[in-house]
Formats: sequence, C-alpha cells, structure tokens
Amino acid sequence: MATYSTNEFKSGLKIMMDGYPCSIVENEFVKPGKGQAFSRVKIRNLKTGRVVEKTFKSGESVEAADVLDTEMEYLYSDGEFWHFMDPKSYEQIAAGAEAVADSAKWLKEQDICEITLWNDNPISVTPANFVELKIVQTDPGLKGDTAQGGTKPATLETGAVVKVPLFVEENEIIKVDTRSGEYVSRIKL
Amino acid sequence: MSDESWQPNASFATLRRRMRVLTQVRQYFAQTGTLEVETPILSRGATTDPNIDSLYTSILPYTENFYLQTSPEFAMKRLLAAGSGDIYQVCKVFRQGEKGRFHHPEFTLLEWYRLGFDHHNLICEVESLLSQISTDLFAAYPAVKMSYRQAFQTYAGFDPFTVNCTELEAVAKKNGIAFPVTMTTVDEWLDLLMGELVTPHFKTDRLTFISDFPVSQASLAKVKQGDYPYAERFEAYYGELELANGFHELSDADEQERRFKTDQKIRQEKNSIEVPYDKHLINALNAGLPNCAGVALGIDRLLMLLFGSESIEEVISFSVETA
Repeated sequence: MATYSTNEFKSGLKIMMDGYPCSIVENEFVKPGKGQAFSRVKIRNLKTGRVVEKTFKSGESVEAADVLDTEMEYLYSDGEFWHFMDPKSYEQIAAGAEAVADSAKWLKEQDICEITLWNDNPISVTPANFVELKIVQTDPGLKGDTAQGGTKPATLETGAVVKVPLFVEENEIIKVDTRSGEYVSRIKL
Repeated sequence: MSDESWQPNASFATLRRRMRVLTQVRQYFAQTGTLEVETPILSRGATTDPNIDSLYTSILPYTENFYLQTSPEFAMKRLLAAGSGDIYQVCKVFRQGEKGRFHHPEFTLLEWYRLGFDHHNLICEVESLLSQISTDLFAAYPAVKMSYRQAFQTYAGFDPFTVNCTELEAVAKKNGIAFPVTMTTVDEWLDLLMGELVTPHFKTDRLTFISDFPVSQASLAKVKQGDYPYAERFEAYYGELELANGFHELSDADEQERRFKTDQKIRQEKNSIEVPYDKHLINALNAGLPNCAGVALGIDRLLMLLFGSESIEEVISFSVETA
C-alpha cells in the first residue's frame, strides 16, 4: 500500500480519507518554535466535491489514493450513462450520473474533458475550462442596448443556461468559462 | 520559454531593508557594550529537543556526525561560562523538515544573552530593541504581557497547568477544531490549541509576550518552584506570529543533563533520529554559567512584518526551492 508522509503533502496530491479518494487543496505547515509540528490541510472529496479540514501531526502517513486524471473524448449519452473514449487507445468507458454530475451541461460530443479514475472507475468528469457552444434560444436584444450594461439568459445546445450580453443572438456560438459558468466572448465564424 | 528560476526571491528594496535592520541591530548592541561573536555551525552535540530535528554531515578525518546548529545556544553558553560577558550573534540556523509560509529549513536568528537578567528583564529589552527598529509596528501601543496560564484561562477557558488529555479533546471538539487522531500528550494538545484558540486573540497591532510556561515545556529554562511550578521562559508574538523565544537560563548541570537524557528517551519512543547531547555544555555548566537570560529572535519573520510579506521566501535572497 503506497503512503504519503505529511512532508510530501502539496496541493493536488491524492490521498484516501475516511474511505474516499480526496485531493489536497491546501497544506499549511504549523509549528510553534519549540512545539509539535502539524500539517493543517483542506482536502476535497473527489466523489462529492465537499471540502473538509484535517490536521495531522508532522511525520504521520496517509494512504495514497489510486487516482488518475486522464483526458478523454466525450462520445454520447444514452440517458443513463455518459460514454467517453481514450483518443489514443480508443478504449471506451461509461460514467454514471453521480460522476458526471453538474458537468453534464457543458459536455458536447467530441469535446475533450478530464476524467478522474479511482481504481479504474470514473468518479468525476471535468469539462475544459473554456467551451464553445451554440445558443439555441435567447430573446432578441433591444436596439441601442449594445456594448454596455444588461444581460439576458441564453440556452445553449447542451442545455446549460448562461447570462449573455443583450447584443448576442440565437444561433451564435459563444465561449463560456465552465468554472464560473460565465459568458466570455462571441466566436466569429 | 527561458528558465527564470535563477532569479532572486526578494527584491533589492527588501534586501537593502534587511541589511538596514541588521545594521540597526549591530549599532544597538555596540551601544550596549555587547560583544558580537561567531560560533561553529557544525557541532558534535545536537539539540535533543524532541520537536526539532537537526541536519547533519561529516568532516574528514573525523568518523562521527557533525550536526548543523538549530540555534547557537550551546556554544554561546560555553562562551558565557568562560567569562565572555554579554554576547550576541546573528547567524544561520537549520531545521530538518520545517517549511511553510513562516518556516524555512535555513533561517537567520539573532540571539543574545544578558548577565544578571531574568526572563522578565529580557522581555523589556526585546520590546525596546524592536521599538527602535520600527516605531510604527512596535511602539504604537505598549506590549501586552501575560502568563501562559492567564492566556489559556482568558482565551481558551481552561487551566493548562491542570488539564488532562480527555478534557483537552473535549475542548477541541466543542470548538470544532480538526485534530489528529493520534494526539497522545498534554503538550501536543496545548501546542495545537495555542494556535487554534489562544494566539488568534492576540492583538494585530502590538507585541504580546507570553511567559512562565508549563514545566514540561521548560526546554533550557530555570524552573520556579511553588504551588504551580513554571518554567521561566517567554515567547514574543506579533499578532499570531511567533517572533522570539527566551529563557532565564538553566545553570544547573545535573538538571540539564537529566533533561537531555529525558529528551533522548522521548526521541526514541517517537522514532526520531537519535542525537548525542552536547557534553561540553554540561561541563561548562559544571564550571559555572553566570546568572543570565537569553533570547533568539527570527530575523526573517521580523522582516516579513516590516514588509507585510505573505511568505518567508519573499524576504530571503534565494529559497531552498532554487538554492
């Protein structure tokens, strides 16, 4: 069983905590000059996304999580599972709703996204930071209301709803930041 | 892309300020007739402190390990016992595995000793020296001075001199503090809760001095007997940041040797590296250490305060990452 000692802790390290794979978000070394040293960490449960705080004594070890982040191409959803393919090996995997969760609304066929595998099973799906998606429905903007102020909701081809400036129109393709869910720009074709 | 990692961490403005602070320090000690000394960085004796690990290396043709100093204390006390009078030193010290926003495996200490002082006299001198270095930071308000016991009773609501592990765990739980499952001693709990419940209450615009520590944390300080025996030790804080640690120095050679041996036993139980204690220090204490107090002050942390730095790496020329 692979383990990590607290002095190997850094953000991004994958460890097992309370039976779940977790990722270290933040690690702070705390030590009184002449006292016991501690590692105060914030860890994110990779299944639930919940962030909790834990404290370790320096030198303690924790079990490493067999977690692998891999880039895969999104193929299609059959309603129950989302299917992805490794673009190099053409190997396919299916991820359930629990793993895909809120990312589903950003997934467009043939887009590359990051799949987190725990013991070879997908536990989370992260879309690219920026995706380009077509607007399938939005109300027409009012004339004169151009560059500044005001937004309106727009429904994208994947079902996501984002706020866009009033001048953006239906059938246009826009760039969206999936981390914040915010409109970035129009894509000129 | 070109590799820029050869570049220094600190700006030249920071490095100039660093040297100005050290110049102020040296002027202060020159004015007070204190001898600047240099002592060996490498020694056959190491600190036995169970919470501090030494780095070590070898020197030909000797076969034994030489340990890098974690503080210049032992050699400076040998000078004091030999009759040096008041002394100070600015030097690099080294601690294994200590790295974080406020820690760096090698850092700069200012350490000095005053004959005839106890720890309370020395607290006043630390305040006065720091006030001269920055009136804004250290002289806007008088320092807060309280005992370790008072601090815990006031801010954490329990008596650190009588509390047990079960009670400490209950305090941690009540306050929603994340704690390791492996806590075994009262001192470990006190170290954790000091940082969680006590120091966050220290005022962020002035110095706080905490004195009179539990006997189990006496380190190299004299113990004052009484209903509640305590160690004549102090720490200086600015806000939550620990800046200095000082003692009314233990001069009893037998007691010192007993503490070294107890530390070694604790180190064995913790599976820490086994280290030889400094026998020359014991001999020096046997010859007679004059009544004195000494303190070590972290220069890098002082600079962090002067600059409002987020990380110790911002005030040193090159961090261990690019050393």
